[in-house]
Amino acid sequence: MTLEILASYGAALSLLIGSGFVLVGAIGLLKFNDSMTRLHAPTKVGTVGIGMLLLASILNALAAGDPSIHEMLIMAFLFVTAPVSAHFIAKVSIHRRDCMTPPSPPRDDTWATLSSPDGAQDDSP
Amino acid sequence: MNAADLLDVAVVIAMLSLAAGQILSMVRLAIGPTPGDRILALDTMVINAIGLVVVLGIHQDVKVYFEVALLIAMLGFVSTVALARFILRGDIIE
Repeated sequence: MTLEILASYGAALSLLIGSGFVLVGAIGLLKFNDSMTRLHAPTKVGTVGIGMLLLASILNALAAGDPSIHEMLIMAFLFVTAPVSAHFIAKVSIHRRDCMTPPSPPRDDTWATLSSPDGAQDDSP
Repeated sequence: MNAADLLDVAVVIAMLSLAAGQILSMVRLAIGPTPGDRILALDTMVINAIGLVVVLGIHQDVKVYFEVALLIAMLGFVSTVALARFILRGDIIE
């Protein structure tokens, strides 16, 4: 009896924390003024925000007397794929030179994938 | 306050903030100056859609929404990577 009530309160608290993170991430995505800075905000939505909502789903299933941890699968998938997609979006910004590009490397002509350092304009694939 | 009432209020608040997040992301999708920003806004919208589906599942006490959320997560990741790769390379599968 008390476990169900505690799980219900925990689900409500997790929902509130997760929705706060979602809102903060969306505001950050709209308000920041640089491409790379904008990339920083919505990653919190992907990990903490949705993680808290899924935790609320787990706790709600526990409170309903039918415990299930299927939602951990979505959580693990999001935690694995969020850095990969963020890396791809950062690569798009760097290769199109929408942000500050790194300085030229000390010993070589090119970085790993950025083919023309020092602000040269062509970006042939 | 009763625990079930508190959960109902929290579900409504979560749905409202997820909807506000969708709207703000859609504004960034419309005005975003670079393609990277547009891809990022689409990715955020997909993640917010997962959250909406999960919260709807909590509200209705239906288990099927778990599989919907998992499918949306997989499709969102693949579409984000495909869009980024298309802009990087001009092609998806070389």
